Amino acid sequence: MELTTLETVPGKTITRHLGLVQGSTVRSKHAGKDILAGLKNIVGGELKSYTDLLNESRSEAVDRMIAQARAAGANAIVNIRFSTSNIAAGAAEVMAYGTAVVVS
Amino acid sequence: MDGIIQLVVFLVLLAIGVFAGRANERRHYRELAAAEDDLRDIVASSERGTGEGDTFSRGALVVGSVVIAEDYFKRVAAGLKSLVGGNLRSYETLLERGRREAIVRMKQQARRLGATHVVNVRLETASLSEDWSGRRPMFSAEFIAYGTALVRIS
Repeated sequence: MELTTLETVPGKTITRHLGLVQGSTVRSKHAGKDILAGLKNIVGGELKSYTDLLNESRSEAVDRMIAQARAAGANAIVNIRFSTSNIAAGAAEVMAYGTAVVVS
Repeated sequence: MDGIIQLVVFLVLLAIGVFAGRANERRHYRELAAAEDDLRDIVASSERGTGEGDTFSRGALVVGSVVIAEDYFKRVAAGLKSLVGGNLRSYETLLERGRREAIVRMKQQARRLGATHVVNVRLETASLSEDWSGRRPMFSAEFIAYGTALVRIS
């Protein structure tokens, strides 16, 4: 599966469009990690545990998007976009979406 | 008595913020400058192409992200500054650091793939500290930078 943020796949041509595919995850912060992050908040800087958490969520969202594209018979996803939103205290939604295509 | 304890706690947090927070920020700026220098050979752009003709064999999605939080001093400084308005310098540096770090991590991923360019780069920011209950917790935000890494035909 080729993934790209461009409208085309470099070195290939699109032969069919299969429409929008998307994948998302909602994940909550771990209570223990949250306490550590709270302490880290006094000195500021990177909250490593949250960076990791959101990265894991993002890979899962991408995997779900890929599964959807594969089910539609695509072999590439173009024009991929990400978005993150804070939906409740301690929980974030990560979403990935793009256009499933067939390239050759 | 309660008031005095609260004041002492506030001053201690403020002092930690001033010293540890500033030291952190200075160190982060140094690391960023070094990493950016190191990655200068990878060209990132928000354009769709490289403007150098189509000699690339393959593209791959690359993503860099970081969650960064304010320190206690920044919070107090921003609170005071917003009384008079104007630039909140303490947040400006925080957001700048987060975004630059995300770009650096994206480029590092591109380098691991052997890419020379990252095109169609998009930057996103999401606040993680807004709370439906209405109280304002410490500010933290996620920054992501993502794009298509292009590997040149060898």
